Amino acid sequence: MSAVNLRELTRRDNPLCEGHRMCPGCGAPTALRQAFMGIESPVVVTGATGCMEVSTTVYPYSAWRVPFMHVAFENAGAAISGVEAAHRALRRRGMFRDGIKFVAFGGDGGTYDIGLQSLSGALERGHDITYICYNNQGYMNTGAQRSGATPRSASATTSPAGAKLPGKLQKQKNLTEIAAAHGIPYVAQTTLHNPTDVIAKVKRAVETPGAAFVNILVPCPLFWKIDPADQTRICRLAADSRFWPVYEVICGEYKLSYEPKKPLPIEEFLRPQGRYAHLFRAYAERADLIKEAQSDVDSDWERLKSRCG
Amino acid sequence: MILLGREKPYRREMTSGNLAFAEAMRQINPDVVAAYPITPSTEIPMKFAEFVADGLTDTEFIAVESEHSAITACVGASVSGARVMTASSANGIALMHEIFPIAAMFRAPIVLGLVNRTMGAPLNIHCDHSDSMPERDSGWIQIYCEDAQEVYDTVLLAVRLAEHRDVLTPVFVCQDGFITSHCYEPVEFLSDEIVRNFVGTREPFWPLLDVDVPVSYGSFVMSEDYFEIKRTQLEGMSNVPRVCGELSRELAFVTGREYGAVERCMTDDADYVVVVMSSAAGVAKDVVDSLRGRGVKAGCLRVRMFRPFPYDEVRDVLGDKLGVAVLDRSVSPGGAPPLAAEVRTALYDCPRRVPVASYIFGLGGRDFFPADAEMVFEDLAEGRSGFAGYIGLRDKYARGRRAV
Amino acid sequence: MSAELKCWQDFPPGGIAFGATARQVETGLWRSMRPVLDAVRCVSCLRCWVQCPDASIITDSDARVSGVDFFFCKGCGLCAKVCPAGAIVMRPEAEFLNEPCGAVQGTSPEGR
Repeated sequence: MSAVNLRELTRRDNPLCEGHRMCPGCGAPTALRQAFMGIESPVVVTGATGCMEVSTTVYPYSAWRVPFMHVAFENAGAAISGVEAAHRALRRRGMFRDGIKFVAFGGDGGTYDIGLQSLSGALERGHDITYICYNNQGYMNTGAQRSGATPRSASATTSPAGAKLPGKLQKQKNLTEIAAAHGIPYVAQTTLHNPTDVIAKVKRAVETPGAAFVNILVPCPLFWKIDPADQTRICRLAADSRFWPVYEVICGEYKLSYEPKKPLPIEEFLRPQGRYAHLFRAYAERADLIKEAQSDVDSDWERLKSRCG
Repeated sequence: MILLGREKPYRREMTSGNLAFAEAMRQINPDVVAAYPITPSTEIPMKFAEFVADGLTDTEFIAVESEHSAITACVGASVSGARVMTASSANGIALMHEIFPIAAMFRAPIVLGLVNRTMGAPLNIHCDHSDSMPERDSGWIQIYCEDAQEVYDTVLLAVRLAEHRDVLTPVFVCQDGFITSHCYEPVEFLSDEIVRNFVGTREPFWPLLDVDVPVSYGSFVMSEDYFEIKRTQLEGMSNVPRVCGELSRELAFVTGREYGAVERCMTDDADYVVVVMSSAAGVAKDVVDSLRGRGVKAGCLRVRMFRPFPYDEVRDVLGDKLGVAVLDRSVSPGGAPPLAAEVRTALYDCPRRVPVASYIFGLGGRDFFPADAEMVFEDLAEGRSGFAGYIGLRDKYARGRRAV
Repeated sequence: MSAELKCWQDFPPGGIAFGATARQVETGLWRSMRPVLDAVRCVSCLRCWVQCPDASIITDSDARVSGVDFFFCKGCGLCAKVCPAGAIVMRPEAEFLNEPCGAVQGTSPEGR
C-alpha cells in the first residue's frame, strides 16, 4: 500500500469542509474527511439520506467544497451511476473536465439495508465509482434503531434490551463479503484505528478503474454510548479484538491489512460501550452472550483467514 | 431548411407507438438513457438497446436493476447536465414515485415515455390511466397522445420543452398501453438531420459536473425557506403554456402538424360534448362524425395536456354547452375521477351552470366501442349529469351498456 | 445567518446551495470544553489534525500544528485523547468568558 504523507495532505483543501453540524466526536465526518484526503483528482459526491447528508447540507449552507447531490435514502448507488455515465457522455461532447472521480457514501442503513439493491446494481454494472459506507451499525439519523449492520446483543431503539430480550437477537450481515462477491476490482474494510489506513484504502479504491467499495466502521457516540473523545480508542479495540477485521479484496484476492499480534477478548470491545451495558450488570452478567459474541468473532475470523490463503 | 439535407426530409413507415418513441430517441441521440423492463413499455428500451448495440447512437445506456434506480440515475445524469430519457409503465411508475417530485424540484429535464397500464392488483398488463394519474401532483408535465404519430411528434417537442430555460421541468409523454404502444399504423418520420436541428443540444443550468463552480443539490431545508424554494419550482410549470405554444408552432413548421393543449372536434357549434383523453378519442370522434350525419350537434374535446391543465381552453370550449360528458380511464375511489374533477373546476367560473356527467370506462384494457360513445351522447340529450356510471361493466342491474 | 428573510424570487432554481458556504456556520458555539494547545510540548505528529471531525486543527505552511479554530471546534476532546505528547488539555469554557467566542488560537485560517 502506498505510503501516506500527512504533511503533504495538510496543504490540500478537503472536499468536506468546516461548519457541518455532525455531533461532537462523531466518527462519520472523521472517516469521510480521511477518505477524501488521499484523492488528488476533482471529485463529485453523492450521499444517501442520513446524518452526514443532512448535517452537511443545512440550507442555505453546504459543507461540500465539491459538487454534491443527495437524491433519497435508498439510491446513492444509482445516483452516482447516472452522474458517472453523464460525465462519460458529456466528455465526448467536450464538456466539463477530464479525470473527475465519483464517490458515493451512505450510512449502514442506506447501504446494508434500504440501499443494498441500488448498490448491488451499481457494482454489478461496473461504473467507475467508489462507494463508501460509514458504518455506525444502526439508524442514527432517526434515533439509534437496529439495522442489518447492528451486531448481536447490541441494544438499539427497535431492538432494546429488556426484561426478556437481550438487545438484538441476530448477527450483523457481512456486507463487505457481499460486495466482494460481485467480483469488483477493489473491496476493503477498515475503521478509524489508524488514519493512514483509511486514506490509503480510499485512495486505492478511487484510483482503481471500475467499481470499488469501502466499509468503514465508525462510532456513533450517542448510540454506542461512549465518550465522544474515545472514537479512536474504540476503533482500535474493534480491530484488536478482531470484531472488525481490517482487510482488502483486490481482484478477488483477500489480504489482511492488520493482524493484532495479541488479539484482545471481545469483552474489551463490548464493555466500554453503553449499548452493551445489559451484558455487564453486577450480579447479572450475561456470560453466555459475551461467549456467543466471542464465538461470532472467532468463526468469522477463521473464515476470513482461510480466504486470505 | 427542410430541403437542405441530403436525406429525404420525411419517410412514412408502418410502426407502433413504442417503436415510434424508440426511433425518436435514436434520432435525438440522448446522452444518457437508464431504463428497466416492464410491459408494455419494455419495447422502448429494448429497441433503443439495439440502436446502441449497432452503434447508431452514442448514448450511455444504463440497464439498471429497478425502475427506482432508472429514474434515480436519470436524475443524477440530468442534474449533471446530460440530455436524459427513459420509459416505464404501471408498477414501474409507482416504484419511481418517490423520485418524481425530487426530479421536478431539481428542475431536472427528463423525458419519460409513460406507456399507460393499470396498477395491480389484480395483476393486469392492459391500458388504463391508473398509473399516471396518481403522479399528477408530482410536478411533471403530462402529455397524453392519441396515436403513434402524435407520440413521435411529442417526444421531439418534449425534449425542447423540458430543457427550456423558462421551464426546466420533466415530462411524461403518455400513450395507451397496447392500444397505441403495440398497434401498427403509418407514421411519418422526419429525417435525422431535421430532428437534430430541431432538438439541438442541451445547455445545462448549474450542472453538477462543473467542478469549478461546485453546487449542492438536495439540501435539507427547514420551514423558514422550504415554501419559497417550492414556489421557485412552480414557476417552470406556469411557463409551460407559453413555451409549449411557441415550440409547437416551431415543430409544426417542419411537420405540418400542430398540437394544442386540447384538441377540438366539432365543438364550436356542438350542443353536447364528450371529453376524453388518449386513444379513446378516436372512437369518440368517429361517433361524433356519424351523429353529425344524423343531425345531432355532437362534439369531442380531447384533453392532451393534463399537467399543466388547460383550464381556460376547456372553459372556452365547454362553457356554453347544453351537456358535457367526461370519460375517465381511472378511478379515484371515494372521490371524483381525475379528469371529471378538473373539467368541473374549469367550468365552475362560467356564468351559466353546465351539466357535467362523469363516466368511468376502459379499466384494465376493457374495450371502448362506438356504441358506448353513442350511449353517452344519448344520456346527455336526456339531461344526465353527476356520476353517470361505469361503461362496459358487467352488472346484474345494468341498463344497456352502462352500470351505475 | 442573515437576518433578512428573502422572498421566493431571490432563491436560485433547483433548491441548490453553493459550495463550502457552511464555513459561515459557527459550530464553535456548541462548545462547553475548550482544547488548549501547549506549543512547546506539541510534536506536530498531526494525529489531532487527521482525526478532528470538524477540521478545526490549524496547520501552518510547514505542516506544523499552530492552533485550534474556535469558530468551528465543538470541543469533543478527541484531539486531547489522541495526542501522544499530552500537548492538548481540555478546559471548561467558563474559564475563557472574557475572550471573544470566535477567537482562533494561533494563526487565523485563510478564506473565512
